[in-house]
Amino acid sequence: MVFILREYLLGNIAIAKGILEAGAGVVSGYPGTPSSEIVDFLAPLAKEHGIHVEWSVNEKVAMEVAIGASWTGTRSVVTMKHVGLNVAADPFMTLAYLGVGGGMVVISADDPYCHSSQNEQDSRRYASFARVPCLDPADPQEARDMILRAFALSEEFGVPVMLRPTTRVSHARADVEVGSPGKRMDKPSFEKNPAKRVALPVHARPLHVELLDKQTGIEAALAEEPWNRFEMKSEVGVIASGIAGLYAEEAIAELEADISLLRIGAYPMPRKMVGDFLERVEKVLVIEEMDPVVEEFAEMVAKERNPKVEILGKRSGAVPSVGELDPLTVRNAIAGMIDLPRRAAPKMNREVLSILPPRPPALCPGCSHRATYYAMRKAFGKDAVFPNDIGCYTMGVGMGTVDTCLCMGASITVGTGIRFGGEEKGICAVLGDSTFLHSGLTGLLNAAYNDARMTVTILDNSITAMTGHQPHPGTGCTACGETSPALSLEDICRSLGAGFVETTDPYDLESAIDAFERARDHPGLSVVVAKQACVISAIRSGVRRPRLKVDEEKCGGCKICVKFGCPAIEFDGEVAKINALCSGCGVCAQICPQKAIEVVK
Amino acid sequence: MRTSKCDVVVVGVGGQGVILISEIIGRAAMLAGLSVRGVETHGMAQRGGSVINHIRVGCDYSAMISPGGADVLLAMEPAEALRYAHYLSPEGVALVNTKPVMPVTVTTGVASYPSIEEILAPLREVCSQVWAMDATGLAAKAGSPQATNVVMLGALSKHLPIEETTLMEALSETVPARFLEINRKAFELGKIEVE
Repeated sequence: MVFILREYLLGNIAIAKGILEAGAGVVSGYPGTPSSEIVDFLAPLAKEHGIHVEWSVNEKVAMEVAIGASWTGTRSVVTMKHVGLNVAADPFMTLAYLGVGGGMVVISADDPYCHSSQNEQDSRRYASFARVPCLDPADPQEARDMILRAFALSEEFGVPVMLRPTTRVSHARADVEVGSPGKRMDKPSFEKNPAKRVALPVHARPLHVELLDKQTGIEAALAEEPWNRFEMKSEVGVIASGIAGLYAEEAIAELEADISLLRIGAYPMPRKMVGDFLERVEKVLVIEEMDPVVEEFAEMVAKERNPKVEILGKRSGAVPSVGELDPLTVRNAIAGMIDLPRRAAPKMNREVLSILPPRPPALCPGCSHRATYYAMRKAFGKDAVFPNDIGCYTMGVGMGTVDTCLCMGASITVGTGIRFGGEEKGICAVLGDSTFLHSGLTGLLNAAYNDARMTVTILDNSITAMTGHQPHPGTGCTACGETSPALSLEDICRSLGAGFVETTDPYDLESAIDAFERARDHPGLSVVVAKQACVISAIRSGVRRPRLKVDEEKCGGCKICVKFGCPAIEFDGEVAKINALCSGCGVCAQICPQKAIEVVK
Repeated sequence: MRTSKCDVVVVGVGGQGVILISEIIGRAAMLAGLSVRGVETHGMAQRGGSVINHIRVGCDYSAMISPGGADVLLAMEPAEALRYAHYLSPEGVALVNTKPVMPVTVTTGVASYPSIEEILAPLREVCSQVWAMDATGLAAKAGSPQATNVVMLGALSKHLPIEETTLMEALSETVPARFLEINRKAFELGKIEVE
């Protein structure tokens, strides 16, 4: 008997509960906003439910773990953010050929507007690229419902199914109906079947044919899904997908307009349904987050079914092509189509807003990355090249030590390329411990192998901080809190071929600068591990350091400490002051030329 | 046609407990049998950046509130109130904590922080009512500055289509038992402030 409960849940938690309901046995992932809370929620429940939940080393690894699990017949899930799918694209593309055993769901959370990302790529393109179904939830309830359906679809057609929530679904909350956890499959086992599990050319060729043959059935099944539906009201229509469908529904209700609406929530799209809709309208507006996937499809179907229909959308400029949609933008696009007045967002006078100080996200008070950057700059000078990476530390961009940021792990490899491209100045690449273990290892190996003269700094705060403090192999424990083998970054770097490897404590500035100078002067590849616990995790684990204060008599008002950029240091016009945010790292005391900063006794 | 009973935009600075307010209202709405939607800021902006949460009570659509659509702007920090003032409906109400949290741009001297009056004056022009209060001070009076968010929740309570007893029930389910008394006091002080 299934009990249905109604709870106020975050989209990602609704997804996680759906995963439990579906009786999944293995859940893997790599943290990435906006996807992280799924594994965060499930990990502490793993034991109780007898399932395996892991933070994997990276998304490719996570995908392959989930694939292996699926091949035993166990239902599995892999979670990541959109750009994580680039890392996992290799197994993902060929998995579509080989197919799944137990149902497998790939959750790739998209981030329109790059709230916390380096690009705005659309995962739906990957699903169609791999020719696998994609479900596009509009809200937390749909996300939970779709998870259950995704497993069934995956098993019916033998392909992985993608769930593609966007930020405003993953991080939305709603009252959601969820059922009780399901049972995981009994007696899983891996059955040998080379024709389906070994991607040799001789197998891949017929598997490609099989995958294409499955498409008709997949499309027919998805056409029946409740998430693809339309309501005819007039010869003016809107086609909207995912969360845009909900924005459109609200806008039509608010405008009290007679507009036909076709909502799309599953891909490949229902060709017949889209055609039937297009046949009955004269003008249609297509609204969707990110790429014009639905729009291009509607244009294609219109050629066959109703070439005269006027299609508005991103290509006509009626809907923005970049950034994130919101209800007002959607409302105004719909109003504009039917010649109703647009409603302007209340305009705040520019001058009025200009009095507001910007509030960009910043490194925390006492964050050791700030100290490391300070020491690096002292040793290398401001003209050195500082290739950077993905993590909290990218927020140090104002300190002059973040010269590049491309994708996970690229600091070392881009730095290598900058060296071989002909740059002769000092090069000091920087990446975090989790990022290094995710995809920096191969770059370091490559730099050593090809003899790149440069320094690599690993900011070792023993946690994946930016995404919400997830553990990784360097922290000594797993997602579920089990102890994991001890790992030495120093030993790894030496084994990979770095000729100079040293660990330093960035809170001890003098010795950190000294370590960077020696690394800089090393004639080959050098590594500095700047080791200090993330200040948030330190506070959470009970570390209390005495706070600091400024001796106003001694302070000369030079602002050197203020420019250091710690949010705990303020300037009152004449002297510096240390506020209540101080976590006691003591670095400011070391940079003060007047020795005016001291520990509060 | 209105598509939600009550739309509240909660703004502040990462770490001010904005998410807890959403959590309490969400629970209370469910206890009251109302549908509820919310959306939160997670990720990068949480690191001391500016954060905005949307909460819609009695709404079956998306969690996002349109600019110009909020019935209440609940600001945990004064500068953030003005930054998100365009969310307010002309009939809307702004509830503002007057205690600033200085951004790094101010502490490092790159930018300066305006006076509270400079912030409140333009705010008064875009909505029907502005209530300014030292919620942080009131929270300290209740027993802990950490309860600033609950003072603000108390001030918000009369604008919500939810009974106070239901809100209190949700509050006691959400905050740890040992802080319940402080939070009750904080709620009451916030409520009195707007009477």
